[in-house]
Amino acid sequence: MKQHSSYWAFMVHRVSGIALAAFLPLHFWTLASALQHSLAWTEQPLVKLGEWLVVVALAAHLGGGLRVLALEFLPWRDWQKSLAAAAAALAVGVGLGGARRQ
Amino acid sequence: MAQRASAAVLAVCVTVHLFTIVYAVRGGLSAQEILERTRGSVAWFAFYSLFVLAVTVHVPIGLRSVCTEWLRWRGRSRDFALLLFAALLAWAGMRAVVGVFA
Amino acid sequence: MKVLVKRTAGYQEFEVPREPSQTVLDVVTYIQRKLDPTLAYRFACRVGMCGSCAMTVNGVPRWTCRTHVDRVLEKETITVAPLRNLPVIRDLVVDMGEFFDKWARAKGQFRGEQTRRDDFAKVSPSSGNRRQADAGIECIGCAVCYSACDVVKWNPDYLGPAALNRAWTLINDVRETRNLERLRAVAGDAGCHACHTHVSCTERCPKGLSPTASIAGLKRAVAKALVKGEL
Repeated sequence: MKQHSSYWAFMVHRVSGIALAAFLPLHFWTLASALQHSLAWTEQPLVKLGEWLVVVALAAHLGGGLRVLALEFLPWRDWQKSLAAAAAALAVGVGLGGARRQ
Repeated sequence: MAQRASAAVLAVCVTVHLFTIVYAVRGGLSAQEILERTRGSVAWFAFYSLFVLAVTVHVPIGLRSVCTEWLRWRGRSRDFALLLFAALLAWAGMRAVVGVFA
Repeated sequence: MKVLVKRTAGYQEFEVPREPSQTVLDVVTYIQRKLDPTLAYRFACRVGMCGSCAMTVNGVPRWTCRTHVDRVLEKETITVAPLRNLPVIRDLVVDMGEFFDKWARAKGQFRGEQTRRDDFAKVSPSSGNRRQADAGIECIGCAVCYSACDVVKWNPDYLGPAALNRAWTLINDVRETRNLERLRAVAGDAGCHACHTHVSCTERCPKGLSPTASIAGLKRAVAKALVKGEL
């Protein structure tokens, strides 16, 4: 069903949150192990993909979170919706850009 | 409320973290080089410990909504499971922090 | 045109003639009067003031008297169903009891302390509080926002946008005496913090209100009270 932008903003926020909750323990464990032994096994494409997904999910979740904080704590104005959405998009862009360099 | 507060803390932490990681990876630092810079750093240890603490608060509260709304899971079993997950995150997170910064 | 109506037993198809300036309420009324008198539905003013005719049209909750067929016709078909998130009594008629119970649970009733012997309360319409309240007081309790809300669907305890919007208008009423109680009522798990800002309520409100803004206000008020130790 076609939905308005705020609905998708929420969906992205929630799905990225769930993805992060699922990946974070793995991320911590990978980090501790890799830096203790060597970074060699982290060159494996699957690991790189996993880490890239974490970065993207993090950027998306951060963007969505900033949107929520803006809508809730700043005095309510309609145009802030667009601004918040733009902020979210920028956050994701930075995340993707930064991640690609990895 | 704890969710909003931890979210605000995380917004800062995540931004710093993302920039730091991108810097480290772009510089092509090896595991040795990274560890040389991080080991023994009190400031970084404190920063990342705060990061882990904020994550331990923020993730389970977020998952609580997901449990209530999408899994129809309510009550003490849900809260207990989330507490266990928080403990897991705290353990795994501090293990990684100690491994990198102690 | 083809009209699919969700009745108690299931979807039933009707063939209804097109008329100029026809509304969905016209369509439902035609069906009940000319095709099947057993169809149950609600309406009252039929001019967009009372909110009684609210139904789900092509998946979206709307006032059927204010919904022109031209606007919603999809491939010569319209689908009409009862409002979402409320128990169905029969066909297109829903039980609004739960909606109003939640209104009461959010302390939607005004309680002042002045009597007829006191002078009028002097409230400036341009004051911050009054402007916040005025932005939400036109609500007529039609339940369109309640039907549009995903959180209501996912969390049966959630008080919902209308009840919370009402609570916000009273929080901003300087004559009110029970605001601490009200803040406590809306601060729980089923209160304002369950709102995830989908903004569906504001999108759908036929009166152009913004329950999202009211709920954001409640979140701020609760946060402030928490910090001040009042809650």
